[in-house]
Amino acid sequence: MIELNNVAYSYGGGALLSDISLQLAPGSFYFLTGPSGAGKTTLLKLCYGALQPTSGEVTLFGDDVAGLARDDIAVLRRRMGVVHQDCSFLDHLSVTENIALPLRVSGRQSKAAQEDLTELMAWVGLTHRAEALPPELSGGERQRAALARAVIMSPDVVLADEPTGNVDWEMSQRLLRLLVELNKMGKTVLIATHDLSLIRAAKSQVQARVLRIANRQVQLAGADL
Amino acid sequence: MKLVRADVKRFVLGDRQADRVVPRSGFTAQLTVFAAAAMAFLAVFAMALSLAAGRLATRWGDELAQSSTIRIVAPLDQRAAQTEAALGILETTAGVAFARALSASEQQALLAPWFGAELDLQTLPVPQLIEVIEEDSGFDAAGLRLRLAAEVPGAILDDHSRWRAPLVDAANRLRLLGWLSAVLLGASVAAMVTLAAHAALAANAQVIAVLRLVGATDRYIAQAFIRRFTLRAFGGALVGSVVAMAVVAFLPDASDTAGFLTGLSFQGWHWFLPFLIPLLCAAVAFVATRAAAGRTLKRLA
Repeated sequence: MIELNNVAYSYGGGALLSDISLQLAPGSFYFLTGPSGAGKTTLLKLCYGALQPTSGEVTLFGDDVAGLARDDIAVLRRRMGVVHQDCSFLDHLSVTENIALPLRVSGRQSKAAQEDLTELMAWVGLTHRAEALPPELSGGERQRAALARAVIMSPDVVLADEPTGNVDWEMSQRLLRLLVELNKMGKTVLIATHDLSLIRAAKSQVQARVLRIANRQVQLAGADL
Repeated sequence: MKLVRADVKRFVLGDRQADRVVPRSGFTAQLTVFAAAAMAFLAVFAMALSLAAGRLATRWGDELAQSSTIRIVAPLDQRAAQTEAALGILETTAGVAFARALSASEQQALLAPWFGAELDLQTLPVPQLIEVIEEDSGFDAAGLRLRLAAEVPGAILDDHSRWRAPLVDAANRLRLLGWLSAVLLGASVAAMVTLAAHAALAANAQVIAVLRLVGATDRYIAQAFIRRFTLRAFGGALVGSVVAMAVVAFLPDASDTAGFLTGLSFQGWHWFLPFLIPLLCAAVAFVATRAAAGRTLKRLA
């Protein structure tokens, strides 16, 4: 579903990533790790079409990203749930409206979708915060709201960039459980994190593969974590 | 063109709540509304001016072009004979529909504003006037002058063109100036909305990034801004136009008292024209915002 072939990406200064080939298998659970600044966020952005590779090709759901118009990528995003580290929201809309935003922008608001929304709010434990505005939420609540927003369209793949970056251990465990549950429902999950203990905790719950960025390359890390 | 139609359709039928995804911006919104109202107010006056100038040009052109005057300046004892002779010539002149000598009481009425009603014209060497009404084709003024000069030495033909032409020219210029002002006002609305839309797009870069992330197309995002600015421009222009029309309606009416002057006020169906201004304003805002959003969104990730 997401495939990178000999992809390289360089910012003005020099190459950040080079010669990366990667194929995300449907239904699998990945961690993407590596030191800060290694290019985890860049790689994720390549995976959801926010960046175009400098060379090589990125294929999303069978389409070469280079050949897609901006609006085509927007439509593809509806099949991908993205959780950002800073999980930005529309601060003037309530939590419920923010979580339902993907439905609204794709014109899929319906009665059934409304029921899904209620269920989803309960699943991430935000029912009591439904009418709050995003700035009133705690870090953990923001991350859960972002996760709910990422999955409301029932995407095939969930990409999360440091989803546990700003929350305590307890909350990161809770988020991890939600992501593992999503994976068990058949969704591909890719989590970028530098938190090795989170990866270790996940290994007891799910068959996770770990991709490590080192020296501008992505390697499949051994089971020795 | 097809794309524009699609956008217009989306505007009318699309997500009525679409502009909710962009936060309200109180002050700049009021500025846009105010500017649109002011422009519309001025545009109504420009329009009134143009229409009035058009009426003047038409009236002076039509009414005066169809009539000429012959003055018979002759000693009293020859006046009647020369008048007869002139009328005789006019009868055989091609292009003259009708000619008649004004009666003494009519001449008295014409002079009354200057000399008072009590004056006896017989005591003054007032020339006899002959009113000549032309056919649409007009007559050969130079030829008529030659014939009159030969047979009626005291006759002077005045076809009014000497002072009519510059007046009609002036009125036409005034009309052109009015329409030019209206066009400039429209362009100003476009410039103002473009600036405001650029500012709004820049201020909402974060909002746009979030919308992109959750799968909103450029078109959807643009629609949020288009809807907002179009409605603001329309609302503002509607208020401005209505106020201006009220002001125009209460202008003193000059048309009855001053012969061929005309009031600035709208007449008849022209009262519907100012209602086009809010629609035009909205159309201009729609196009301007659409263009601004198209340009800006392409630059954002």
